[in-house]
Amino acid sequence: MKELVCIVCPRGCRLTVDEENGYTVTGNSCPRGAEYGRTELQHPTRVLTTTVRVEGGVHRRLPVKTSRAIPKGLLMAAMEEAAGVSVTAPVKAGQVVLPDLLGTGADLIATRDLPALP
Amino acid sequence: MYELIVIGGGPAGLAAACKAWEEGLRHILVLERDQELGGILNQCIHNGFGLQRFKEELTGPEYAGRFIGMLQKTGVEVRLDTMALQIVPGQDGAPHQVHAVNGKNGYQVLETRAVVLAMGCRERTRGAISIPGERPAGIFTAGAAQRYLNIEGYMVGRRVIILGSGDIGLIMARRMTLEGAKVLACVELLPYSSGLTRNIVQCLNDYDIPLYLSHTITDIRGHNRVEQVTVSEVGPDRRPIPGTEMVFDCDTVLLSVGLLPENELTRGAGIDIDPRTSGAKVYENMETAVPGIFACGNVLHVHDLVDYVSAESERAGAAAAAYVKTGREEAALRTIALQNGEGITYTVPQQIRLEARPRPAEVFFRVNRVTGAAALVAEDAAGREVARFRRGHLAPGEMEHIVLPAAALQDAASPLTIRMEEVSQ
Repeated sequence: MKELVCIVCPRGCRLTVDEENGYTVTGNSCPRGAEYGRTELQHPTRVLTTTVRVEGGVHRRLPVKTSRAIPKGLLMAAMEEAAGVSVTAPVKAGQVVLPDLLGTGADLIATRDLPALP
Repeated sequence: MYELIVIGGGPAGLAAACKAWEEGLRHILVLERDQELGGILNQCIHNGFGLQRFKEELTGPEYAGRFIGMLQKTGVEVRLDTMALQIVPGQDGAPHQVHAVNGKNGYQVLETRAVVLAMGCRERTRGAISIPGERPAGIFTAGAAQRYLNIEGYMVGRRVIILGSGDIGLIMARRMTLEGAKVLACVELLPYSSGLTRNIVQCLNDYDIPLYLSHTITDIRGHNRVEQVTVSEVGPDRRPIPGTEMVFDCDTVLLSVGLLPENELTRGAGIDIDPRTSGAKVYENMETAVPGIFACGNVLHVHDLVDYVSAESERAGAAAAAYVKTGREEAALRTIALQNGEGITYTVPQQIRLEARPRPAEVFFRVNRVTGAAALVAEDAAGREVARFRRGHLAPGEMEHIVLPAAALQDAASPLTIRMEEVSQ
């Protein structure tokens, strides 16, 4: 039995996961909590949010995220990949700035519109 | 003349303006001092926003983008790079005046029927909490560091101590770590964290960053830049215990020690401030003591979830629209004052006006300690319990919310006290 705090939403449910019986989750208030309990103990994942360099925009950095959760162990490697990315303004929210990050199938996508400097 | 001027284009102002438009106002102006809308959400690049509101997990910029998109579909006028300087309330139903200045239009005096105050809050600084020691560079509020890093593109330090375990501090612990800094410790004066539990897990535990509860910074040393920080344990009286000092070699201190509603304009307009929230006193429809001036979001009381800011601000926007369309609302039959009792630190609203048509009233507040199972009880002046709500877990870091049923309010004698009762298991 493992106890963990669910991080899916601000509610922070206290989960108990039974690793010996098919990773059954109790203490969750929603199906997403059960899903979190199962994956967290077998192959934990996180959505990565960071920024990349942007040229000619109203700001110098563009906020980005992975289009879906990636393995937790790859976060630092993913940060290095993001450090090599540079895009040119204007950028639209949802635009892919780096496809198939580290072969995970997740894309790095812009999370805001970033207009070019007038 | 405007029907409504909204001061601030962050999450509160955006939601209030959109709602007022939806409710039929057509002459709405939003004043924003930054060069773009969205407020603090623009620098909150992490995710976790919008789970209540949009049923999906968004980043701060995405959440702001949703509301900016909604606003752009309306005819609401927006002035950016514009600073509101003063509000002069109109007397006896005369229009209110908003004084503002920007580089394009110069100094302007704008007239409006209604005003929504949505200026947000500021961070407490080193000066506000009097940390001893030398005064080198390298000490930032967590939000200032967040702006440098996420918008301006500057890394603020390499070896970091974070004082305070508020959510912004926790989020910055993870962010600095991902950017290659070493976060040596997160230090919290209280015996519990004021941040959300999920942030302790995903921002500290995920990266093996130690959290020292009941500890504080007792010395900062450094000639030009921070070089060393001393952390000491504190006793139940919150005073440092001699002999418990730990010294960290570091170059940066981030402060996440609380937020203060930014109410200079509110005070200047002669609107009553509640010392418990540092925000205006409001009625159930978010109206202040001055008819036609409403307040919502972090300028009213500090929220932990933007989703609740949006909901509260929509109530303010709808109430402002009703005020403009129908003049003064129907006269209240009577007013019930709300008081915070045992275990409760404040209530918003502070007063509920009862009208001919009974309506339920939402009340927001915080508790003063972490508890297990507990009940939230509303008791009237005659000592009668008018409502009771059960909770499995309460914490000061999580804003609580109850809905008082219309029927319960009709018979309640003012004042109504909200208190917490711990339930032994």
